[in-house]
Amino acid sequence: MVIINLGLNNPGYLQTLPSDWPGGFWWHWLLFAVIIIAVVLVMVMAFIYMARRQIGRMQSRVGPNRTGPFGILQPIADVLKVLLKEGIMPTNADKVVYWLAPVVALVPVFVIFAVMPFTNGGMLADLNVGILYIVAISSISTIGMFMAGWGSNNKYSLISAMRVIAAVVSYEIPVLLSIAGVLLLAGSLSMNDIVLAQDIPFILLQPLGFLIFFIAGLAEISRSPFDLLEADSEIVAGFHIEYSGIKFALFYLVEYGEAFILSCLITTIFLGGWRGPVLPEWLWFIAKAVIVWFVMVWLWATLPRVRIDQMMALSWKFLLPLALINLIITAIQVLALPENSLWVMIPVNFAITAVLILLWSKLFKLGWGRVEV
Amino acid sequence: MMAIRTEPFVLNMGPVHPSTHGVYRMRLTLDGEVVVDLEPVIGYLHRGIEKLAEERTYTGVIPLTDRLDYISSMSNNLAYVLAVEKLAGIKVPERAEYLRVIIAELQRISNHLVAVGSFFNDCGAYFTPFLHMYREREKIIDLFEMVSGQRLTYNYMRIGGVSQDIPEEFLPAMDRLLEQMPRSIDELDRFLKENEILLARSKGVGILTKEKAINCSVTGPVLRASGVEWDLRKMDPYSIYDRFEFDIPTGSAGDCYDRYRVRIEEMRQSLRIIKQAVKQLPSGPVVADVPHLIRPPVGEAYAHIEAPKGELAFYLVSDNSIAPYRCHIRPTSLLNLAALRDMVIGWKIADLIIIFGSIDICLGEVDR
Amino acid sequence: MKFERYGISIAKGLTVTLRTLFRHTTTAQYPEQRLNTSRRIRGNELIWDKEHCTGCATCAKTCPQGAIHIVTSAKIEDNKYEVDKFEVDTGYCISCGLCVEACPYEALYMGYAFERAKYRRGELMQTNEMLLESAERRRSAYMHPELAEELPRQTLLVERITEEE
Repeated sequence: MVIINLGLNNPGYLQTLPSDWPGGFWWHWLLFAVIIIAVVLVMVMAFIYMARRQIGRMQSRVGPNRTGPFGILQPIADVLKVLLKEGIMPTNADKVVYWLAPVVALVPVFVIFAVMPFTNGGMLADLNVGILYIVAISSISTIGMFMAGWGSNNKYSLISAMRVIAAVVSYEIPVLLSIAGVLLLAGSLSMNDIVLAQDIPFILLQPLGFLIFFIAGLAEISRSPFDLLEADSEIVAGFHIEYSGIKFALFYLVEYGEAFILSCLITTIFLGGWRGPVLPEWLWFIAKAVIVWFVMVWLWATLPRVRIDQMMALSWKFLLPLALINLIITAIQVLALPENSLWVMIPVNFAITAVLILLWSKLFKLGWGRVEV
Repeated sequence: MMAIRTEPFVLNMGPVHPSTHGVYRMRLTLDGEVVVDLEPVIGYLHRGIEKLAEERTYTGVIPLTDRLDYISSMSNNLAYVLAVEKLAGIKVPERAEYLRVIIAELQRISNHLVAVGSFFNDCGAYFTPFLHMYREREKIIDLFEMVSGQRLTYNYMRIGGVSQDIPEEFLPAMDRLLEQMPRSIDELDRFLKENEILLARSKGVGILTKEKAINCSVTGPVLRASGVEWDLRKMDPYSIYDRFEFDIPTGSAGDCYDRYRVRIEEMRQSLRIIKQAVKQLPSGPVVADVPHLIRPPVGEAYAHIEAPKGELAFYLVSDNSIAPYRCHIRPTSLLNLAALRDMVIGWKIADLIIIFGSIDICLGEVDR
Repeated sequence: MKFERYGISIAKGLTVTLRTLFRHTTTAQYPEQRLNTSRRIRGNELIWDKEHCTGCATCAKTCPQGAIHIVTSAKIEDNKYEVDKFEVDTGYCISCGLCVEACPYEALYMGYAFERAKYRRGELMQTNEMLLESAERRRSAYMHPELAEELPRQTLLVERITEEE
């Protein structure tokens, strides 16, 4: 029998908190849990609204502007509509798997925010293995999507579930390797330490790593141009084809929640997190996340989607070798250059990025074509 | 190398699907994601237009032909009216001929805008190129509304000419359109013509060879993209198309990318024809002196035109009464679909959708 | 197939979308801002001129759908039949305008309004007095170009967009 030692009286817990924190660890936990859930829900709704307005303007139309002033209440209207719909379960669906899938997909989305630094030290737990925690937990959502695809008893969702597994598993590796370059520069896995180490934002020092992380991250959360996992034109909503009502709302939340996670990760790791001159720190964090989301919606509005074998080829043949080369070059630079002249890396890295992209584009063959039947 | 043993399964891409352009059903046999067999099931939009045409007068069939290929209604009207004029031996005044050419070429541009927009939508670009093209199409439909009064089912052509003359604000608006449209087409080119993802998705995909295209009696931009230079406006000129100079864009590879490029180039050539026609527009009556209830002599006539989707033809048999005895329509889209199965086998589901979108069908014509 | 052009074309496409973001929109906010339709619009109602109508029923014979029903009495006065019932089933009507074109006495016009939806199917049948012209039921200039001057000018998209490239 395992005894869980809560250790409420252990003074060791109090040492990880900032010194002016009232109460014990559990009050800290409660406050931050509430803050995280509130922030995630509000920011997801803000992202949905911002995406719809931005895509509307990019398509020379206005976007929602009827519900509330400037359409601000539109996401709330969407949520209400989805909650009030009837949740229809297919007859031959595997009931337990079908019911559990949204839960398994949703919980990791909230849990990852435990280590996101909103301000200097303002997070639920400043784990000293923060990056490892994030990468481990983010894979669990995929199991939820696969459970949804299998439990729906529908061939379309099964096709989509297979695509999800193949794509997400292949894109984990470039994600990890591109973060590894940043870790070499920062010297620690803790998210707050990564932000503290960015006197020069790492996007300048690691342009190749940023590009790889961005592309691989887009593929992980299945956003355009990689949204073939739930492609509207082909497999009619993919793995959540048989979900309606609140279960569908949870999947919708998962999709935009993961987009929020990716934006927060990019701001923390590459853009300098909460660092900024005048405004309060959490405001800088949110502002940078919004800028990253702007770029993601811009890509969504513009680009067509890739095919599944082209997506796999992109990961294994293009991103993986480039990430390895990036890691080696970063390691050489960190060892060779003295401590405070890291700015030398900027032009060198940009040049290497350009050369590598040109070189790999010439060598790289995307997917195969017609299969002999 | 050990291969995993797989088993093909049947997937029904049903009548209700976001990407079959209408109610078209395909029963696919898939091996993983690779299409092994395709069985089309049509008839979900059958309205009996050919039978209904036997109950209406010759002029009353014209609103019925609007609803065949509802995206390019003017071309359907034109084909039917040419068949009746051939049957009854009616000569069309000059101004009406020029107006018909202008309207038919505008209709071609409008149809290709829809076709290319839907093609990009199937590729996955989230409605943005689609809406840009509909914005351009809106300019053309405004002109059609000015001339005929409606925006989709125009009922504009009549036996012996067109129904009304153009109002006086038509030509200034047409001049503005002629200067804005090339810029819009160039902007669309800059947007997506050499996009790497589009090239990767559509170059070399769904190749239709020259021999197979001719053997399957495919016509229109699909045929021209496979390398066959066949355009009815030059090979068998109807109306007054022999007075204009224009080129026929052809592709070389016969893949989806070539079909898309052929449509864009045809839009540019249509603008060229319209410019020449507007300059040469004579004055005069717009309709010949034809009674409303016309009784053509006993006989049969077959008239074909180069509709935007291919060769559209009407076969009319008359027995000297006020209604046609038999009206048969050569459906462009149905015959273009004959080549679908051969084009698709061996490709994946994602390619199936793109190939199907690049043929550009309209279910109203397939099922009539 | 190779990754041609090294991603530059994707960047070109992105600039097009960014430029559209800052242009003004091409949509109109519907109930507040209505665009003018064409003067020749074949709106979904018919307008009957009782004084000129002689009850010849050419329109009923021409209608492809058979949506017009005319009942006249046999009395001829002043070269006109007396029309007892002139009924149009606007649910059946496809707004083709062939009846307006066919009328030899110019007694039938297409309506100018297009927002004529009804809540009950019975209200779609319009008889005698309902078909006359009034302030809400204006006549459109389809087949009658002399009416075009009184109607407002059509809004055209080619004129609303004025930015240069």
